[in-house]
Amino acid sequence: MSLLDRLKAGIQKTRAGLVSSIEDVISGRKEIDAELLDELEYSLITADIGVRTAADILESIRQRVDRHLVGDASEIRALIRQHLLDVLQASDQPPRRAAEPPTVIMVVGVNGAGKTTTVGKLAYRLRDQGHGVLLCAADTFRAAAIEQLEVWAERNSVDIIRQKSGADPSAVVFDSLQAARARRADYVLVDTAGRLHTKDNLMAELEKMRRTAARVVPDAPHEVLLVLDATTGQNGLEQARRFTESSGVTGIVLTKLDGTAKGGVVVAITRELGLPIRYIGVGEQIDDLLPFEPEKFIESLFEN
Amino acid sequence: MFENLSDKLQRVFKNLRGEGKLTSENMDVALREIRVALLEADVHFKVVKQFIESVRTQAMGEEVLTALSPTQQVVKIVKEELVKILGTSHVRLRTASEPPTVVMIVGLQGSGKTTSTGKLAKLLSKEGFRPLLVSVDVYRPAARKQLSVLAHSIGIPIYEGPAEDAAQPVALARGARREAHQAGRDLILVDTAGRLHIDEELMRELGELKTLLNPSEILFVADAMTGQDAVKSADEFHKQLGITGVILTKMDGDARGGAALSIRQVTGQPLKYVGVGEKVDALEAFHPERVASRILGMGDVLSFIEKVESAIDRQDAEKMQRKLIENDFTLEDFRDQLKQVRKLGSLESLLGMMPQVGILKDLKNVKTDEKELTRVVAIIDSMTASERDNHMIINGARRRRIAKGSGTTVQDVNQLLKQYTQARKMMKSFTGGLPGHLGKRLSKMKLPSLENLLRG
Ligand SMILES: Nc1nc2c(ncn2[C@@H]2O[C@H](COP(=O)(O)OP(=O)(O)OP(=O)(O)O)[C@@H](O)[C@H]2O)c(=O)[nH]1
Ligand SMILES: Nc1nc2c(ncn2[C@@H]2O[C@H](COP(=O)(O)OP(=O)(O)O)[C@@H](O)[C@H]2O)c(=O)[nH]1
Ligand SMILES: [Mg+2]
Ligand SMILES: [Mg+2]
Repeated sequence: MSLLDRLKAGIQKTRAGLVSSIEDVISGRKEIDAELLDELEYSLITADIGVRTAADILESIRQRVDRHLVGDASEIRALIRQHLLDVLQASDQPPRRAAEPPTVIMVVGVNGAGKTTTVGKLAYRLRDQGHGVLLCAADTFRAAAIEQLEVWAERNSVDIIRQKSGADPSAVVFDSLQAARARRADYVLVDTAGRLHTKDNLMAELEKMRRTAARVVPDAPHEVLLVLDATTGQNGLEQARRFTESSGVTGIVLTKLDGTAKGGVVVAITRELGLPIRYIGVGEQIDDLLPFEPEKFIESLFEN
Repeated sequence: MFENLSDKLQRVFKNLRGEGKLTSENMDVALREIRVALLEADVHFKVVKQFIESVRTQAMGEEVLTALSPTQQVVKIVKEELVKILGTSHVRLRTASEPPTVVMIVGLQGSGKTTSTGKLAKLLSKEGFRPLLVSVDVYRPAARKQLSVLAHSIGIPIYEGPAEDAAQPVALARGARREAHQAGRDLILVDTAGRLHIDEELMRELGELKTLLNPSEILFVADAMTGQDAVKSADEFHKQLGITGVILTKMDGDARGGAALSIRQVTGQPLKYVGVGEKVDALEAFHPERVASRILGMGDVLSFIEKVESAIDRQDAEKMQRKLIENDFTLEDFRDQLKQVRKLGSLESLLGMMPQVGILKDLKNVKTDEKELTRVVAIIDSMTASERDNHMIINGARRRRIAKGSGTTVQDVNQLLKQYTQARKMMKSFTGGLPGHLGKRLSKMKLPSLENLLRG
């Protein structure tokens, strides 16, 4: 029997108006009983952390309770937070940069996740730090995707390399990297078309883009950022697995955190794949990309 | 990725056979598995809870039907209940008593509104409507251009408006209505900007558009990959706007789509269409059965079967299905199917059309092997009519003869027979809606049975 099963056993009552905030759960409660753990489960699952990950976390707490390591309910909060922090920090690694410019960053993800917007915002950050940036319009598939990126290039006053709609994305990558070399750009940001990780031909296309990049700039791409929409549920884990498999993801950007979704699936992702979360997206404006801060993120998981 | 729900329940119930009734204890264990399956499919926590309670009430005390194992029976109840909640298939588009009918497309950022607008225009124009498109997304860069490109690619008129209205959603909407009247278009599809349900200003803008346009439908576009947050966004959009239906997009992936259940439960509005690809014709009517199977992790078998059916001969496929149910699927049928598969073109292209869910996901690693197909057909060709009719009579001596006749080895013949019986079992469980232990096994199986399966 799994932990959740054990937790559930014996509790038959339906709780009206579940307490959804851990803060509420903890305040004024002395004993850690099954009901409390039940409520914690609710908080974790509705944050999209996933049943299994939630069960694992609660299991570790349960064990400590069993061994009387935690005597007071108020200790639970710290315990869960520490656990989550450990998970998120374990995969923290510095971003890879090219020994000799340009550093090539490829941005990948499923349809509509926020890739193009992230490229636009990231260009702004890098420009702000004084770097020369060049955008590569490698989404040659979606209607007006190139025009969308052109607007971002304009907003940032940076160069963009593009071809016709329908062109081979690898060819655009090739052009862009050559241009970046010639123009001595520090960074090339490659905007790719959204694709579902289940489509082998499209995933192979990404691999080809990688290979093409490496032909022009050794070691490129230096970073492959997987853009993940915070509203994504458990499918996010499979997305991360497959994109990592075929395009060597090195980090995650979690977008749309300005909504009410928590993006908890990244906990499962970092736990399994050890991918660092680089940035979060908190809006549609050019400066709405922030470095990921695990403490704040964990805090927000439990906010209502 | 996920253990099949049927498999899990099978384990739960392995000792139950013959106990007579579904009891409160054995139901508890089963329902826990169902709960986990639903949560993994992203159904909202509270929706799951409610659902489980109603299934418990339904199932309690029901006689264990002799025809079904307890597992099958519980899955059946669960699935029926799911289908009931998900609603009837394809509710028709509501139209205005006086044209033009206005349909507003709304939703969160990146959910698939613009693409769905284009798809809907194409679908409805085939149904006889004369649509006019308009995008009032004046915020996202090149958003209006995106719809304009789509409109041109499908040859449906779009209202672009004068330059001075380029930042005015309401003015654009008004202009589109005028244009529709003048040009005699009877349907206006309005693509709106993506927005967060907590963005008061932009939600108010939608309210204004609604007041101005008096739409017959406000369709909420939701991404099938959405997690627990689906209830919040759908609820807010519905409360503030009164949505009239839902389009579930990106169902061509492997998301289980539990959000559909949450959205349906919280808004009470019907799911109308399902997006199954990026191209303009990848929009289908919603089928509760399929989405229910998928949420339960049992694969979107029905859609799959339907595609293959329409690609081949429908009558033929129905005959096969009947044969399967009657346990009358012979080696001859097996061979005929293989031949047809060959006619159809590569397995890959066929699979490319299919949602890659559950067992189907494992299938996609299988590449068509012409040689193997030819060999299998040769083996079956070397059998006598009675052998093809009843594989049970094929003993050692017959196997040797068949091998010789087909230029293969006895091992090849053995393997084929094994594949045939497996395929038969598999398809049978498919047609009964209960895939059994397929997922794990399929990936290890060799080609012919898979080909065969495709023809299910
Ligand atoms: N609220 C909010 N919206 C965002 C954020 N990031 C992106 N968006 C919006 O989400 C939608 C999709 O963003 P895009 O950048 O076009 O996404 P994409 O992944 O490039 O999409 P495709 O190329 O079509 O697959 C747009 O409407 C963006 O404005 C964010 O952090 N918060
Ligand atoms: N695979 C797949 N992609 C889709 C589907 N519907 C939309 N998309 C893609 O999702 C992304 C966002 O779609 P778009 O229509 O621009 O969304 P909007 O921001 O809501 O208008 C685009 O890349 C579309 O091509 C679908 O059903 N399946
Ligand atoms: Mg894009
Ligand atoms: Mg749009």
